[in-house]
Amino acid sequence: MECQEEKPIIYTMENKPIVTCAGDQALFTSLYTSLAQQLPREPMEWRRTYGRAPKMIHLEANFVQFKEELLPKEGNKALLTFPFLHIYWTDCCDTESYKSSVKEDMTRWQNSLRTHSSPDWVIIVVETNDTKKKNKPNILPRSSIVDKIRSDFCNKQNDRCVVLSDPLKDSSRSQESWNSLLLKLRTLLLMSFTKNLGRFEDDMRTLREKRTQPGWSFCEYFMVQEELAFVFEMLQQFEDALVQYDELDALFTQYVLNFGAGDTANWLGSFCAAVRSWSGLLLRRPIDMEKRDGIQRGEASLLDLRSYLFSRQCTLLIFLQRPWEVTQRALELLHNCVQELRLLEVSVVEGALDCWVFLSCLEVLHRIEGCCDQAQLAANCSHTVGLWAYATDKLKSLGELCGLVSESGPTSEDLNRTVDLLAGLGDERPETVNSLQSPYKKLKEALSSVEAFERHYLELSHAAMEMYRAIGRLRSARLVGKSLAEFYMRKGDPERAEKFLQEALKSYVSEGWSLPVTHTRRQIAECQKLLGRTEEYLQTSALLAGDGNLSTEERKHFCQEILSFSARSGEQSPKVTLSMSVFTQLTRLQFRPATASVHSGAVLQVELTLRCLMPVAVRIQQLVASVHFDVDQGGTLGRPKGAKRPAKPGTIEFRPGGSSAGPHGSAHSAASSLACPVLELDEIQDRSPTDNSLNSTGVVCKNTHLLMRRHDSGSPPPDTTNCVSPPAVAMKEGAQVLRVQDVTLEPGNNSITFTAPSAQPGTYTLRQLCATVGQVQFVLPHIYPSVRYDVYSQEPQLTVEPLSEPLLAGLPQTVKFTLLTGHYSVKKGDALQLSNSDSMPLLPSSCCTAHIRSPAHDPVGESVLSIQSSEKVTSISLPATPPYHTLEFQLEVLCVIPSGAERPASERLTNGEVRHRPRSYSHPDTPMTAIDQRMSIDCPWSIYSTLLALTFYIPFKTRHTLLSAGNRKYIQVCVQNVSDVNFTLSEVKLTEKQQETTLELQSLNTKNHQLLCSKHSVFCLWEVRWKDDLPSCLQCVFSASFSPSERNVSGSKAFHYQFQLERVTTLYSVRADILPPAGEQHCRSGFLCGLEVCITRLSEPVDGELAEDSKTDADGLRTTKLMYEVADSSSNWAVCGKSSGMVSMPLTANATHRLQIEVMPLFAGHLPFPKIKVLKYLPHTAAVAIQPDPDSCVENDSLSLLDKTLDEQADTASIRSRGSVHSVGSGEQQQRGVAMPRLEPFSPGQVFNHSHARQVLVLPAADDHIMEVNAT
Amino acid sequence: MAVCIAVIAKENYPLYIRSVPTQNELKFHYTVHTSLDVVEEKISAVGKSIGDQRELYLGLLYPTEDYKVYGYVTNSKVKFVIVVDSSNTSLRDNEIRSMFRKLHNSFTDVMCNPFHNPGDPIQSKAFDGIVSGMMVQSS
Repeated sequence: MECQEEKPIIYTMENKPIVTCAGDQALFTSLYTSLAQQLPREPMEWRRTYGRAPKMIHLEANFVQFKEELLPKEGNKALLTFPFLHIYWTDCCDTESYKSSVKEDMTRWQNSLRTHSSPDWVIIVVETNDTKKKNKPNILPRSSIVDKIRSDFCNKQNDRCVVLSDPLKDSSRSQESWNSLLLKLRTLLLMSFTKNLGRFEDDMRTLREKRTQPGWSFCEYFMVQEELAFVFEMLQQFEDALVQYDELDALFTQYVLNFGAGDTANWLGSFCAAVRSWSGLLLRRPIDMEKRDGIQRGEASLLDLRSYLFSRQCTLLIFLQRPWEVTQRALELLHNCVQELRLLEVSVVEGALDCWVFLSCLEVLHRIEGCCDQAQLAANCSHTVGLWAYATDKLKSLGELCGLVSESGPTSEDLNRTVDLLAGLGDERPETVNSLQSPYKKLKEALSSVEAFERHYLELSHAAMEMYRAIGRLRSARLVGKSLAEFYMRKGDPERAEKFLQEALKSYVSEGWSLPVTHTRRQIAECQKLLGRTEEYLQTSALLAGDGNLSTEERKHFCQEILSFSARSGEQSPKVTLSMSVFTQLTRLQFRPATASVHSGAVLQVELTLRCLMPVAVRIQQLVASVHFDVDQGGTLGRPKGAKRPAKPGTIEFRPGGSSAGPHGSAHSAASSLACPVLELDEIQDRSPTDNSLNSTGVVCKNTHLLMRRHDSGSPPPDTTNCVSPPAVAMKEGAQVLRVQDVTLEPGNNSITFTAPSAQPGTYTLRQLCATVGQVQFVLPHIYPSVRYDVYSQEPQLTVEPLSEPLLAGLPQTVKFTLLTGHYSVKKGDALQLSNSDSMPLLPSSCCTAHIRSPAHDPVGESVLSIQSSEKVTSISLPATPPYHTLEFQLEVLCVIPSGAERPASERLTNGEVRHRPRSYSHPDTPMTAIDQRMSIDCPWSIYSTLLALTFYIPFKTRHTLLSAGNRKYIQVCVQNVSDVNFTLSEVKLTEKQQETTLELQSLNTKNHQLLCSKHSVFCLWEVRWKDDLPSCLQCVFSASFSPSERNVSGSKAFHYQFQLERVTTLYSVRADILPPAGEQHCRSGFLCGLEVCITRLSEPVDGELAEDSKTDADGLRTTKLMYEVADSSSNWAVCGKSSGMVSMPLTANATHRLQIEVMPLFAGHLPFPKIKVLKYLPHTAAVAIQPDPDSCVENDSLSLLDKTLDEQADTASIRSRGSVHSVGSGEQQQRGVAMPRLEPFSPGQVFNHSHARQVLVLPAADDHIMEVNAT
Repeated sequence: MAVCIAVIAKENYPLYIRSVPTQNELKFHYTVHTSLDVVEEKISAVGKSIGDQRELYLGLLYPTEDYKVYGYVTNSKVKFVIVVDSSNTSLRDNEIRSMFRKLHNSFTDVMCNPFHNPGDPIQSKAFDGIVSGMMVQSS
């Protein structure tokens, strides 16, 4: 805008297309205002050539008076000065004047146009009513003038003549004519644009195609295409204008690239000239005419051309409201220029480009700030921050170049360089002379002094960092911070530098970038050394010494730093504590023995595998592992049993928490620590303290605190070793320690063995590890996963167990004595005192050897035991045994099978009786009867006797039965072998207990030796014969000798079985007969038959019987009441009429009672007789005439099929009656008490049934069609 | 051809990084690390408009005076970064894209290896070979 005065108006942005006006100037002037106003009011659609999209444009025009000079000469390509339309104005309305002057003038005008071949013209005839009125007499129709003009000039182009009516009047007619005029003008203007621009573009293209010809100049072409851009800009078509510049840009870039590829264009030579001015971009002017002139003259340098191009692009982009594209393009441009200069091998003063870039960055930023408000700027930091950072970078390198960064300040050489650089900046642009903050001033000031430089540099750095932070580019911010830290370091201000470095380091560590970590850490080490932060410096040194990214020399250097410090003899200064993980890593821990559980006093070794990360061997004065001691509570309540002992027992592998070992070390650790920690589970068993039974069991997770932790994306991995600052490590005092002195740790894996304390029983947990090197301590604050070992103390324990299961009673059996000595040491002369028991004597054995085993079950020694037996005790003297050893020996014992005599008289061995006998019982797992044998042993370590129980099993089950045949009696004994062993049974004998020889037991057994196989039985039978009288009670002893069939007979043992039989004598005989119906030979099914029962008293009454249940009749005859019952269990018979009844039997021998009962066979065939039961009827003496219960079966007159339930009831009753004399027939009756009459069965021998198991032939009924065969 | 090729895990630690002028290795580490800022920015910018299919190729992350940094993100958020010398003007966008595609294919092969533990640094020779083919041949 400032250049307006010296240059034609066309260079302002107020350019408009030129329209010339000829003819009546006064008329035009009167209409000019409204014309200029109204022309751009309505948009027009501009249809474009080459398939470009049509556009709506608002047309404006710059109306100038027609002059011949304005018409472009041949060859002049200027477009901006090109008149696009020529207008001839006239308000002539009378023919005379037209003919005389106007026509002539018009012709001249037309001719001059034609000579310049401008076809874009229009003639406007203005009509006013005033003129009409004034010249009334010569008035012609308006149309006639127009028609004349048309016929004279517009042959075939009638639209070239337009009429404007009453332009200054406010009438609809006037408005209408205005509108049509404007429309015409616009159309014509557009037509002219299209035509002229099209021609121009064609020319331009032709020129461009010539670019390969020698002598073609880019600068010339540039001017041509820029002309087009100007026109588009003039038409407000900024987009199209920008395209022109972009095309130029691309063309130039391509040339530069081709140059790089070896294809040199001559004209490029001017751009390869050494750079002399680096004044930066200038964006405040719409058009930088200085540079444009330079380009026009072909004198511009590359930077000039680029600067000019960019300033034009920038202007257009800002017109297009795309300021953020400016910043992006600016950055690209600056990078590109630097590259291009390099490519073209343009010689540049060192630092000149930095100046240019710096100034340009700031200029762009200023320009952007100028067209946006603060809020917009803040919101679009991401677009500008790149420029800020670039500027910062460049300023820094300038500062370094000019010696402004060093502590000492610039040297004279630096100053010379600065002067040279400043010279290249030239003078400040007039636009910014008055502004206080121009880039030019900034740079000049920054280079002027160290302080100013620092101020400007810090300002820029902080601005860039803040912007990066604001848009969340933290890594970029940290990188800027790091660069700032480097600046501070060079300025000798390590304190500030460290802050930035630590922050950057944190980010690299957390993301696992090992190389930056190493680099940054080395810088930190430098800082810390300068700051004198010994502890931190040593920690960092340790990290660096173990860092595989560094060379061995560097690592050795840092290692030496530590060692030389540690060697410093500063007794008064406290020791420096460092984290161990950077120095050496605990990789494995191994217990010996592997169970990690020893008895108190035993030797437990702990072997540590340490991976030393140092580059050289380090001598350690002492290595200490502190141990936390927990007194064992004794009980196992809730304590995890046998803490996880994974695949390899006693070995704990530690995950490498390694930081900087190996080139991929930290990446590894970052990866592993970012992954979920491994689930650590333990089994937990809760046992009852009293009997050690399991109450509950479960699984616990031991590291929930790690697993359940929130995983923030931003939180650094839990890797303390990589921590930026060394973690505060403290050695816990006062704990028990494992210690080794003077170890040398070689680089790599080292194995160190400790002997662990094991004096007191309890749990020892390894907590910390501490290595001391002179003044330096390396501490591992937590050993994780936790490592512990148990020291236990055990009471001596004696167990006796069978050598083979099961122990059989009656045979010599071997039992094993096991003595766990525990803390007790068995001395010579100690003996076990066994109280002898009759039922289980110890068998003296010729040689008894004791084996002594170590805790690891390795045999240690043997010795012969001496056993002395006295009457009461057996004493076993033990060999001397050290504590926590096992002593084993075997003894033979024999458990005597208890004979039946000890039990109350019974027919059965097991049934009902076992409950009363605690020492023998039936075991659920085996059919054998078990006997618990208790042993009482006095041990030398205790004042109390040890009670032990052994379970023996009786291999036999014996039953006896009394059999009768009339008056003759037989005794059957059944011996069943329930064990798994085969036996031979011999010398089977049955004797009376009382040796009263009134009885004779005649054996009916033939074999002397009987093989009794496992699970088989042997039956023996004796006939009982008596001389005088059969005693009512028989007490017998069954005896046999048995031996396992595999062994010889001599080793046979006797086996006794006592039993008692009562009421042996047969009292009654029952005889039944079935009589076919009268006239029939056989019974027929369905026909009634007679059942004749004859009950006969066989013997004289015995004493007990008399007292018990007899009564004396009135006539002095003693009778007893019997009840009979006919029952048929298999429904073969239907009893008709009375099925049961009462008989009164005289108590004399051979008294007989006959009964007649009607029965009906229901089936044909050989039917068994119905059963006839005889029971004792005991009426109560006090209640003689008690009516029997309806449900008792004393009287039953109805015809009934005796159902099964009744039968079963009767059966059970009979069984019970056999078992015990006093048990009563039916439960219901018993419940009713003694007041009721009772039924009582006879003992099995007392009633003999003659017709037992007899059968009778029953013929089928004659008219039966179906014969049922019932096979039972 | 590239001067530095890096594969970065989802958690932003390097799985693989190789650069050609070895003396500048550190600088490339810094460059690649810083480029993650832009990668994250670009990923999150896409995430805001749900439903549009994200292109894996992120394009030019940012130019520096000497290098151009291009980015690519797999669906599992593993990032590939290729650094190209700015003076290397023969490389067009399409070539960069095809380099990324090749890299992605090879990376997929590495992941398919049952003996490779995802998250571990890549040590595959085949992958190394592919990368070497894309790098500037150091003379």
